[in-house]
Amino acid sequence: MHEPARAEPARKEFWTPGVYALIVLAGIAVVIAIYRFVYGLSAVTNLDQEYPWGIWIALDVATGVALAAGGFTTAAALTHIFHRHRYEVLVRPALLTAMLGYTFVALGLTVDLGRYYNMWHPLMPSMWQGNSVLFEVGMCVVIYLNVLYIEFLPIVCERFIGAVHLPGLLARFNQPVDSLLRFLDRTLSRVMFLFIIAGVVLSCMHQSSLGGLLLIAPYKMHPLWYTPILPFLFLLSAIAVGFPMVIFESLLASKSFGRKPEMHVLTPLARLVTLTLGIYMIAKIADLLIRDAYVYLFDGSFESWMFLAEMFFGGFLPMGMLLSDKVRFSPNLLLASTTLVVLGVAFNRINVFLVAYQPPYAQKAYFPSLGEIFFTVGMIAALMLVYRAAVTIFPILPPGHKPSSRVLIKQEG
Amino acid sequence: MKLNRRGFFQVMAAGTATALASQPAQASDQAQASNPNSIGMLVDTTECIGCRKCEFACDMANNLTGQPVKAFEDMKVYDRERRMSENAFTVVNRYANPEDSNRPIYVKSQCMHCLKPGCTSACLVGALRVGDNGAVVYDAWKCLGCRYCMVACPFQVPMYEYDDPLTPRVRKCEFCHTRLEEGKLPACAEMCPPMALTFGSREELLKLAHKKIESNPDRYIDHVYGEKEVGGTSWLYLASREFEKTGFLKLGEGAVPSLTEPIQHAIFKLGLPPLALYGLLGAMMWTYRNGDEYIDPGESEETDPSA
Repeated sequence: MHEPARAEPARKEFWTPGVYALIVLAGIAVVIAIYRFVYGLSAVTNLDQEYPWGIWIALDVATGVALAAGGFTTAAALTHIFHRHRYEVLVRPALLTAMLGYTFVALGLTVDLGRYYNMWHPLMPSMWQGNSVLFEVGMCVVIYLNVLYIEFLPIVCERFIGAVHLPGLLARFNQPVDSLLRFLDRTLSRVMFLFIIAGVVLSCMHQSSLGGLLLIAPYKMHPLWYTPILPFLFLLSAIAVGFPMVIFESLLASKSFGRKPEMHVLTPLARLVTLTLGIYMIAKIADLLIRDAYVYLFDGSFESWMFLAEMFFGGFLPMGMLLSDKVRFSPNLLLASTTLVVLGVAFNRINVFLVAYQPPYAQKAYFPSLGEIFFTVGMIAALMLVYRAAVTIFPILPPGHKPSSRVLIKQEG
Repeated sequence: MKLNRRGFFQVMAAGTATALASQPAQASDQAQASNPNSIGMLVDTTECIGCRKCEFACDMANNLTGQPVKAFEDMKVYDRERRMSENAFTVVNRYANPEDSNRPIYVKSQCMHCLKPGCTSACLVGALRVGDNGAVVYDAWKCLGCRYCMVACPFQVPMYEYDDPLTPRVRKCEFCHTRLEEGKLPACAEMCPPMALTFGSREELLKLAHKKIESNPDRYIDHVYGEKEVGGTSWLYLASREFEKTGFLKLGEGAVPSLTEPIQHAIFKLGLPPLALYGLLGAMMWTYRNGDEYIDPGESEETDPSA
């Protein structure tokens, strides 16, 4: 196995005006969550008997899981399974995003579930219900979350081995904790490949099953999105958004920490995006043609416009941009194009879960309440805060200064 | 031949209710559709007079609002179409009758108790399940409150207690399964004054329904709603006017889980597909073990041409 790529905790002032703004937004989300736990879902959300799922499912859960796909596409598949080690500098940020992303999916779900304290029920074999797509999604997400924590452990070990300084009375445990970390580090380095492969398998399963969730509502879904291959399209779009998400984050982190963008890896990775995004778009278009669903494309309905907008802004436009050398070599244009892909997948998830879902008897269409919107915004802010804190504590990002020597180049084992 | 409905009704009440409630558990998914133990209810909308006594009986039996019978005698509610709610498991709606404007059509709605329900297939912990007699029942203790059942139901029946912050439940007609176990009839059927509701075995009720249509083709359209819709439902309807004109949904014959369950079963068939993928990825990891090398930013080949 490879040694981890060289990285070190980011040295930058943590308390910036941007951080204060994020804290305010996250604080609002906490207040909304408290309000929901005290007064119920009806006090905060616009959910009703026709629309049981809103943006907390479409964005916080479905989009959250999709955007965390950088973890299995970049960190696990590309770098560790296909051994494209040039991308190693992106592995840790991608892994951190996936770990935080899934953690926040679980947190968001807690607020949305009516009986959140029963969240452990799917783990009890007596309650297993194998027919349920949601059961599979839930189990895979729980197991994968643990896999991600395990994959992150070596970074914790690297940071604290020989540097365990517990405060006060706890100081007596410095030695045992250090030994434990060393033991974990040694053991994990030998078996990590098992977890890495498992993570990819679990991701493929639940990324696709998220799309399978709505196959159970054949009489309610708009034909532009309702297709038997919806699970496959969800998997392909998760793979398509994995690299762009990693590029997007890397460029944002460079901006935020005032570093030189990692263009030497982002540019070749952007070329791969044209492949993954291209496959997804071909599958989506072929599906429309084979099902004869294209007849709904230009009927002028709200749904048709939403579908066209999704395809144009999330597909054709970024695809056209990324095919150009100029875009792939320019940090700003690359950021713009990958932002489009990221938003495009969010757009798709909203379309599938909210726009395509058309329950009978609905008096009015669902639109999220301010409470729902600000909770989602606050969760994203909180995720960014924790990310920022994590990269200043743990060795995630490459050293900010230009490396002066090549002493750290590792050997293949 | 005119069938004596009251007689049939009583035989069924005494026979099926007790017998079916005590059947041993052996319900497999496939067997469900042809389960001879399936109970049912035949709603003859041409008999319904819109008295709302079923709503009152349901309210009492399920301890819903506890309103007195007077509250259910208000006929002004018919001015607008109503839907079930977390506090009303059944509602009656009024529709125009083009043949006789003095005799509007009344339609009772409640959970249809599908033979292959979407809600039970969706529920990840089995909080909703099909009983041995075909009744779709709910166990709040298991429920997570994810509301996937509401997404899955083609009739939009399960209702949710959004106002309850701590112990919200999914609410719907459960075919009075506790009353059935006591040998009683479902509350609505027991109360119904004009005998618009006939409780019995689903098989027998289907025969009865077709017999009624046959012997009175002027009175009924030739369609038993629920016989084939979404793979069949325990509640069956007879009507004088096309169902779509009186609040019924036009649904196909496919059961709603007919796409999701085969996919789930294929994936988990002995766990082979995930294991195969695991093996394939492991093999790739080995094959590509001599991948490319880490590129130092200082000596990268691809550089910004504009820099």
